Formats: sequence, C-alpha cells, structure tokens
Amino acid sequence: MVKITMYIGGLVFGFGLALAGATQPEIVLSFLRLEDFGLLVVIATALLVTFVVYQGVPRLLKKPPYGEEFDGHDGFPVTRRTIVGAVIFGIGWGLAGICPATSLAALGTGNWPLLYAVVGMLLGTLIYGSIRSQQDPTHS
Amino acid sequence: MYMLETFFPLGMEHYLLGGVLVGVGIAIPFIMTGLVVGVSSFFTAVWSYVHQGWFFQTDWYRRSRGWKWSLVAGLVSGGAVFTLFFGTTVVTAVPWWQLFVAGVLVGVGTRMSGGCTSGHGICGLASLEKVSLVATGTFLTTAIVVALVISKILVW
Repeated sequence: MVKITMYIGGLVFGFGLALAGATQPEIVLSFLRLEDFGLLVVIATALLVTFVVYQGVPRLLKKPPYGEEFDGHDGFPVTRRTIVGAVIFGIGWGLAGICPATSLAALGTGNWPLLYAVVGMLLGTLIYGSIRSQQDPTHS
Repeated sequence: MYMLETFFPLGMEHYLLGGVLVGVGIAIPFIMTGLVVGVSSFFTAVWSYVHQGWFFQTDWYRRSRGWKWSLVAGLVSGGAVFTLFFGTTVVTAVPWWQLFVAGVLVGVGTRMSGGCTSGHGICGLASLEKVSLVATGTFLTTAIVVALVISKILVW
C-alpha cells in the first residue's frame, strides 16, 4: 500500500511539474534570470499546500492509515556542510535549470537530454557518498 | 494586467495549478503513510544496493529504498501522462555537457546539504526546519546569481 501511495503521489507531483513547464530547463532558467516569476509561484503554491497538510493533518488524525506515525520536525542542525552543499547545488541549478524531481519527470515527458542530468546526479551522489563514507560518521 | 504580463509573460494559471498539484502529490504520501518525500535521496537509495559505505547503508535508506522507486516511477509517469494527453514533447536546447556537469554538482550538493528543491524547499520548509530555511535561501540565491552571470556569457 505504501508503494501504491507513493506511485500515485509521484504521478500527481510529476504531472504538476510538467503542467507548470518546470520539466523544461529553459522555463526554470527564465525564473532564475528573473525574466518570468512562474517557478516562484509553483514553489510557493506547492509549499502552501504542503504546509497546511503537514501542520493540519497530524492534528486531525492520530496516525496515518498505512503508517506508524506522521513524520514531524527533525530539528537537524545547520552545519558547514548545509551551506557548502547548498552553494554547490545552487551552482548546478543555475548552470542548467535542473533539479532532481524536474529532471526525472522530464524523462517522462520525452525531454530525453535530461538523462545526462540524471546520470550526472547519480555520479555526483556516488562521489560525495564515497568520500563521506571514508570519514568517521561524526566527522564535521 | 501590466504587472501580470511583465512578471508572467506566459500567463500564470498553469503555474498556479501546477504548484497545487505538486503540493497535492507531496501531501498524498504524507496523509496516507506519514512519510515526507524528498526526491534527491532517491539517488542515494539506488547506490545503497551496491555500495557498502556507511553513507549509503543507514537504516533509513535501507528501509525507504523500496518505495523511493515507486515515487520516481510515479514522477516519470506523471510527466508522460501530461505529454500524452495534454501537451507536446519539448526537447531542451541546453547542451548535454552542461546538463551533465550541472547534474554532478546537483548530486554532490544535495547530498552534502541533505536535500533539494522538494526536500528542503517544500517539505523541509513546510515542517519548519531551520536547516531547510538556510539551505533553500542559500541555493536559491546562488542559482539566481549563477544563472544571471552565465546568461551574459553563454547564449542558447
């Protein structure tokens, strides 16, 4: 049931990204170049819906129908890695107008060159995860 | 109307509706299973099958990697359903090497900071995580600066 729910959620999520044109790097870049603020509307609207659900639903239901509990506030600390990682991600996003969800949904729309982006993301994850695995998990 | 055309030359309705659907797509798994879905961790989950390093072998990845495939299958299907019934295929003109290099940076950066546009920008902010506020502010600002600078150098 969890997998079916995830598939349906992903389907609506991917459809929304495609409808908004976020699966096209050109549209994302037009926002980052401050020419068309549409993507900001997409993020803000999605955030508003998610915020209402994340904050409201746990007050209405004791527990989710197919889970143990509602994931709550984790309170992960802000570290040097948070900032450096976000800068590196931002450079990639600004360089080509791509992020994980939009690139994956783009493959479904037939925007096939985004496969290069997805392969790059897999490689980048492997590089970072391999280096990090060499260090002590508590290393800051 | 003048403001709308200046800030939204392609109109605004499809952005609004698209954003609502993105939110609903993220909300459905939460309501039904209590799980928060970020997308970039999918890439970690993929490597967890083959790489034995601790970064890939945390309990969370081992437990969540099954449904992460379902989420991503849904994302791809959602894009396909839109194109099949409502749109046409648009193939990007951004050069392949630029997509690839950017992809590597996105892979490294999201794993280092713990999330992407969905994980930090939407889910993390909706959970009122301070770390997500810092990360989102940082990657959004960086991306805007980089895109503006590059648009003056590379034109496509």
